[in-house]
Amino acid sequence: MPVKLHVNRISLNFGGIKALNEVEFRVKAGEIFAVIGPNGAGKTSLINSINGFYTPQAGTIIFEGDDITHMPPYKRAALGISRTFQNIALYTNATVLDNLMAARHIHMKTGMLSGALFWGAAQREEIAHRRRVEEIIDFLELEHIRKSIVGTLSYGLRKRVELGRALALEPTLLLLDEPMAGMNVEEKEDMARFILDIHELQGSTIMLIEHDIGLVMDISHRIAVIDFGVKIGEGAPDEISRDEAVISAYLGDEEH
Amino acid sequence: MANIHPAGVFDTTYEEDMSVDRTTRDKLWKNLAFAALLLLPLVSVSGPLGLGWVSDQYIGLIARISIFVIAVQGLNILVGYTGQISLGHAAFMAIGAYGSAILARELGFSFWTALPVSALLTGLVGLLFGLPSLRVKGFYLAMATLAAQFIIPWVLRYPLEDLTGGTRPLSVPAPMIGPFASYADDAIGADEPLAFQAGDPYFVDVISVDLTAVAGSYPIIELINPAGDAVPYGDFYMSIAEDSDGNITGLSYIASKAGEYQVLVRAQNGGEFTAVLRRSKALSFATDIAMYYIILPLAVLLMFLARNIIRTRTGRAFISVRDNDLAAELLGINVFGYKLRAFFLSAVYAGVAGCLLAYERNSLSLDAFQLDTSIEMLAMLIIGGAGFPLGAMFGVTFIRLLQEAMIPTLRPWLSDWLPQLLPFVDAVNITSAINPILFGGALIVFLVLEPRGIAHRWEVFKVAWKLRPYSY
Repeated sequence: MPVKLHVNRISLNFGGIKALNEVEFRVKAGEIFAVIGPNGAGKTSLINSINGFYTPQAGTIIFEGDDITHMPPYKRAALGISRTFQNIALYTNATVLDNLMAARHIHMKTGMLSGALFWGAAQREEIAHRRRVEEIIDFLELEHIRKSIVGTLSYGLRKRVELGRALALEPTLLLLDEPMAGMNVEEKEDMARFILDIHELQGSTIMLIEHDIGLVMDISHRIAVIDFGVKIGEGAPDEISRDEAVISAYLGDEEH
Repeated sequence: MANIHPAGVFDTTYEEDMSVDRTTRDKLWKNLAFAALLLLPLVSVSGPLGLGWVSDQYIGLIARISIFVIAVQGLNILVGYTGQISLGHAAFMAIGAYGSAILARELGFSFWTALPVSALLTGLVGLLFGLPSLRVKGFYLAMATLAAQFIIPWVLRYPLEDLTGGTRPLSVPAPMIGPFASYADDAIGADEPLAFQAGDPYFVDVISVDLTAVAGSYPIIELINPAGDAVPYGDFYMSIAEDSDGNITGLSYIASKAGEYQVLVRAQNGGEFTAVLRRSKALSFATDIAMYYIILPLAVLLMFLARNIIRTRTGRAFISVRDNDLAAELLGINVFGYKLRAFFLSAVYAGVAGCLLAYERNSLSLDAFQLDTSIEMLAMLIIGGAGFPLGAMFGVTFIRLLQEAMIPTLRPWLSDWLPQLLPFVDAVNITSAINPILFGGALIVFLVLEPRGIAHRWEVFKVAWKLRPYSY
């Protein structure tokens, strides 16, 4: 399988704090890759670096063979990198539909002038992209809240809308930052099903961060473990669950 | 909530689902309101039908409301939809106003070309003052735009004093279409005044004197207006025609006041000339009613364009930047680019409003574009509903009508009563303080009771109306 994303020995410092220290891994095209680690291990910093929100002081990020380390975030999105956020970052005063349509931005062309005139090209484009967005709404079962203002929705629904927004961008690499945080068992299972369906139907590469070890072990193909900004293990779920360093750092020391 | 349709109306296509006015009844109401506004001047006191159902002051009032609706809608795009802040909006209006006036006075632009050119110029200046938004947000951006509010009027007042007249008012010519082909040519002899009838407030006469053959020194041309005064050279509409030798062959003047005019051509030092008085008609927009027909349709058009921008790709990018600039950037929106677009668009709207204000008043003064106007416009936006398509319209209309209705009522009453109650109060101060007090009072009431503004109340009301007589 070709390498989709190569995080090449990146280091990220905030003043004296080393958030990431020479972290390296390769995400292969079409796999579900999970990153786990205790709180404060640097998982979100890692996603933010891949995304372009932070620029690592050392190392490179290679996406589909191109170095994107110094590319601005919005251009990375145009390459097909999409994400969700740990603390939901939706456009709260807009409707679910507008949130999803806003993520179609990179696929649309309407500028200010043709948009102002609306009839003609702009309307045709709106309708074409609305069809795509409706497919996602259908897939994530959001039909009933299509026109609700996001700010009025429950936490679980918002998480799902955010996944929908990430999907509306038609990503080839989907970054999920704790998609199941704060959910009950049923909601978690729903979300896991959606993630597997996305992988199955669209064949997109998914990189996710998650705390629920059991769930991560069930759905991901490979796992990387990070602790204090350092990668301490990488491998298939069953290898990880047997790895000494990982067990002591994250799953807990058996001697205690 | 806002998407409730009357019973029995179902969307079967995405076009229907996206439409602003879904039912024919919605469209009908909107078109009726627009038609009523268009017909209003015809039945006013000085209207052509002579009916006098509406006082002239309301025509001017609606025109000024429309101008400020355009300006505040520009502010709405920037503040309401993109979440940036601008305290320099009145200064941008000043650029539109002075820009169009200078283009017309110095470069002979007609209103129709001065309007788009000055609007674009304002847009570019808006872009310049939008640059700090790359680095700063919120209060800090407010301070940066405050700089625009002080720099721009200063530049207009001092370095550009030769063009703007500084603190003195600047007169602005009226918009005009034409002149069309001439309809009367009269030969003028030396030292014989030629009298002629001219002047209709809408269909004005453009009087030009053609000097076809001149020998010796130039003759002096004098125009006498109906009041009996000689028209000074500065008031000529200076379309100076020159022949191939560089000799001046004529001057022209617009007669908009009805009455008898006289033109007198006097030879100097016994020179020889042949002069022809040529009269042609032009459509002039010097009257309030004529300006109304420029301003109102333009305001409606700009509201329509703004609404379409808001509901398509650009508008969604603006809203994304407002609600979560971080997520917007990470999901493919060039946040800085869209902030700049919002600054540009907002300044273009301010420029159009400023240009219209200049031509509506015929006279410009920098006092109209100070910080208090910027803040008043922000307050109007908050009262009307920031981030709503009709917020600007509601806010400006509400405040202007409040001023119109309340100030004349309150003034005599307060001037009588307050000095009696509080002997140290001076009656003169009360009069000038009523406007800010009204403004502040309205703003406080809205911030406490309905921070989302009149537009939000309007949407709630529309839903309630469509659901009547049931509440669910």
